This record gives sequence, structure tokens and C-alpha cells, in this order.
Amino acid sequence: MILTLTEVEHIAELARLQLTEEEKTRYREQLSAILDYAARLQALDTSDIAPTSSVLPTRSVLRPDEPRPGLDLADLMRNAPDTEAGQFRVPPVLE
Amino acid sequence: MPDLTDLTLVDALQALRRGDISSRQLTRAFLERIDSLEPSLHAFITLTPEKALAQADEADHRLRLWRGDPDQPLPPLLGLPIAVKDVLCVADVRCTCGSRILENFIPPFNATAVERLLRAGVVILGKTNTDEFAMGSSTENSAYQVTHNPWDLERVPGGSSGGSAAAVAAHMAPVALGTDTGGSVRQPASYCGVTGIKPTYGRVSRYGLVAYGSSLDSVGVLGRTAADVAVVFTLMAGHDPLDSTTMDIPVAEIALNGTENLTNLRVGVPEEYFIQGIQPEVESAVREAIHTLESLGAKVEPVSLPHTEYALPVYYLIAPAEASANLARYDGIRYGPRVPAKAMWDIFRQTRGAKFGAEVKRRIMLGTYALSAGYYDAYYGQAQKVRTLIKGDFEAAFKGVDVIAAPVAPTTAFRIGEHSDDPLAMYLEDVFTLPANLAGVPGLAFPVGFDSRGLPVGMQLMGPHFREEVLFRAAHAYQRVTTWHERKPEGL
Repeated sequence: MILTLTEVEHIAELARLQLTEEEKTRYREQLSAILDYAARLQALDTSDIAPTSSVLPTRSVLRPDEPRPGLDLADLMRNAPDTEAGQFRVPPVLE
Repeated sequence: MPDLTDLTLVDALQALRRGDISSRQLTRAFLERIDSLEPSLHAFITLTPEKALAQADEADHRLRLWRGDPDQPLPPLLGLPIAVKDVLCVADVRCTCGSRILENFIPPFNATAVERLLRAGVVILGKTNTDEFAMGSSTENSAYQVTHNPWDLERVPGGSSGGSAAAVAAHMAPVALGTDTGGSVRQPASYCGVTGIKPTYGRVSRYGLVAYGSSLDSVGVLGRTAADVAVVFTLMAGHDPLDSTTMDIPVAEIALNGTENLTNLRVGVPEEYFIQGIQPEVESAVREAIHTLESLGAKVEPVSLPHTEYALPVYYLIAPAEASANLARYDGIRYGPRVPAKAMWDIFRQTRGAKFGAEVKRRIMLGTYALSAGYYDAYYGQAQKVRTLIKGDFEAAFKGVDVIAAPVAPTTAFRIGEHSDDPLAMYLEDVFTLPANLAGVPGLAFPVGFDSRGLPVGMQLMGPHFREEVLFRAAHAYQRVTTWHERKPEGL
């Protein structure tokens, strides 16, 4: 298999996903199979090929920087699981 | 009176204008059909009957005023019911994206596509089922329910716009919005025997579409005829200051009137789409449809898209990479449920671990790996370069032909559960739809036959960037001389 269990745990940590032991085992197998399939891309010589990040011509899109009304604060906060005084409430980040 | 749910969009709009029917009658007819079929199909995640009837009454009021003064401009879709895939925001209606992580999310704004259609006068019946965050080919990845194919309840409707495709096929809505990142409009359209457009990338605004793969996502429409789909597409398309990737290119009126002949149409047939393993009945139905286009005057010739086989690995690195970044926003802080914990990092880990489904976590993991230090060049970087080759295949082919005709999927609808344990086998269902997304070209899927089990077969026409009207004209000409699109699932 391409991935070790340690690598799977490392990826999950980068992605901030808490996985069960069973999930780690399953993803190790499945992701290894998918990456093995993707390895066929290595066979192509792309040394002279530019990468495509957008299919359309890339251009800068500018607009005047003028204030305009935004969404209502109450509308924005109503989806949050925990709020206080119009702000998102979270546990202490710094000790 | 004939069953109002059998009316096409074009016929329904005429009947509404003449006053033969009211929007309330039409809306009620669809809501009643939804009530009777929903227990067996599960096409909708959220229904909005009260809002729909209020919108219908408002439309009827405006239609009455207009009939008194027909010189006044009339919103083009006034009184027409539609369904919307549950990844597009409709203000004040829950938008789940098929995920538990958005189970209680109420967007305070409309997606631009939705906003434009509301201004055109539509009535919204509800939000249709989808694979979680549009990641899937069967709707089995929805956290809420599996949608069943109206042609065979044991089979999937395709995905990820499976709820929209099933709703249109079963006449629960005349048209429905879908989205297509790797085939998610075209493949369910094919499996359910309906017509669906994946527009050019940058043609329809993605504002208010919950992001999956931002360089690939497109907002499309499913309906029963090319003419119906063309009407809705035209009204949604065009430049939007809220999506900087939309292009400021005029959206031409798509004229489908009159006798269609395809005398000047050059149709390319790519050998790479008729591979070993394709269901023989799919190949024969598509080849027969290409003959029909030829009989209408089109010139058919072979073309080659030599990098087709690489589309699958390229897509399944690029789309998950973009998804891993897009889905970082679901952290239990600003919206969605929160799994409580003492430390901030644990809120993130535990909320995401508990509320994302298996396929979403799989793609986040895959994308995170493809972007991670040490692997970026080999996976994501190489995929972006091969994407250039795939895009180049289309550019070369469109120097010689106007459209490319190909099957939508290698098979007709598969059984529910058939691919549940093997993600790679599920991904292979997308092999013919992924290239159009990687190249950003438009694709239009429509029914061209049925297999021996009575399941629909779809063909897709792909065209150059921003040339959707060529696809619609060809499909409309085909539908004038065939009846596959008029078939309706029996025994529901």
C-alpha cells in the first residue's frame, strides 16, 4: 500500500478530521488504491507543459472600492451554534 | 382537463398567459404529485409548499393585471414552478448540501442563478436531494436519503443532481436546477431519461452555489426537452459582478423555431468514448442517434481526444484538492452544529469528524494529501499539467467540428448499493463526463433510447466554450424527429 497508517493520521491532522481506528484502516486502503490508479499520470512527459488552474483566460477583475450595504448582522449570526453580543463564541484560544 | 404535470415548460407558460390555467392550479398539481410520489422516490430534502403557493398567488395577480394591459412587459417565467438542487442558496430556506454539517443552515441570500429566476417569476417547490456537497454519482452519499430512479425503484437516479433528475423524470417539477462539477447534471439526466445542460465554465454565476471544486463547478438545468432547458439556461446565464469568473459575453437568444435542419453542423465522434466495457446497448443507441443527426443533414466524422483516459485520475486529484480547501470553512464556529470541546482544535476535529459523511472525508483526505508538502508536484502539479493536455484535445478537435457526440456514461442506471464498497468503481461511472469539466466546455445530455431493462440511455453533445446554442439546436432538431424524451415512467 502507498500510504502508511502514520501518513493517514498525519493527513487527518492536517485536515482537522477526527477519524476512528476503523476509518483510518479503511481510508488507508481506499486512498492507496486511488493513488495507485492516479500513478498512471506519472507516465506522461509534461516537462514542457504549463499547468491549467483556470480554463478561462485569467484576467484581473477590478471594481471601485466603494462602501455598500452588506448583509444584516442578525441574519449572519442566526446560523452560528454559539453567539454572544453579536459575536461568535468560542473557547479560549490562548491560555 | 389533462394532467397539468404533463405540460412542458413552454406549453405551461402559454397556458398561464392565455389564462387557461392559473399558477396556483399548476403549482398545486405539482405539489400533489410530489406528495403522492415522494414516499417511493425521495427526490426532495426540503419542500416549501406554503411559500410556493404564495409565490403562485402573486404570479396569478400579476398575470391578471397583465391580461388587462398586455403591452406591459411580463416576467418570462411568471408562475412557473421549479425545483432547486439543495446546494444552491434560496434565501430563508434551509440549505443542507445533503450534509449533516449544514443540517440547520438557513442562507440569508439567494444564489444569483436563483435570484435571476425569481425575478423571471418562478415558483420554488423545494430543494432536491444531492450527494453530500455534490460529491457522488448516485445520491447514495446524501446524509438524508437515497433517491430512487423513477424508471426502476431498485436503481440509483445518478448523481449528484439525482433528486432534480428524478423529480423531472417523474413530473414532480417541469424543470429543476442542478450543478455539474464532474458530470453531476449530465449523468443523472442520462440515468433518468431527461435533458440536462452543463454550461461553459464561467457562463452561469456560482455566487450562492456552495463550493465544491471551484475551477470545475457549473450551475445547470434539467428538463424534459431541449427547448425547455434552453429557456431557463438563457435566463440564468451571463456576467455577474458577484462571481469574478463569469465572463462578460452576451447570452444569445436561442432561436429554436421553424424547421430545423443540421446541414452545416459538423459532428465529431471520439473513438476514445467507445471503449471496451461500455454496455453494448448504450453504444448502439448512441451510434443510432448519431445516424439520426446525419439524416438531418449533419456531417459526421471521427475525432480524437487522445488524453481522455487521464481525465479520471486528473479529476480525482484536482477536485478533491479544491474541495479540501473549500470545505475548511466547516468548523462548527460560524454555522452548522458544533460538537462541544474544551479546546478550539478539538471543536474543529470532532465536529468535522462527526458531521461529514464518508465520501466527503475521503475526498478531503485525498485532496489534503495531493496538496501536502512533498507530494504537491507529483500529484496536484502533474494533474494540472495533464489538464492542459485534456483541454488541448478539445481545442484541436473543435478546429474541425462544431460539436462532439458521445455517450454520457458507460452504462445505464446501476443498482442501489452496487458500488457502495468500492469508491474507485463509483468514480469510473464519471469517465465520459469529467473531460468537459476539466476543459470547461459545455455539454448537453438527452435521451436517445432505452436498454432491454427499460432504462434510459443518454447521449451528450459537447461544444466549444460559450457555444451552448449549437448544442441546443442540435438536440432540439433530434427531439423533433424522435420520441424518447416524451416517455414517462409507468406504475409510479
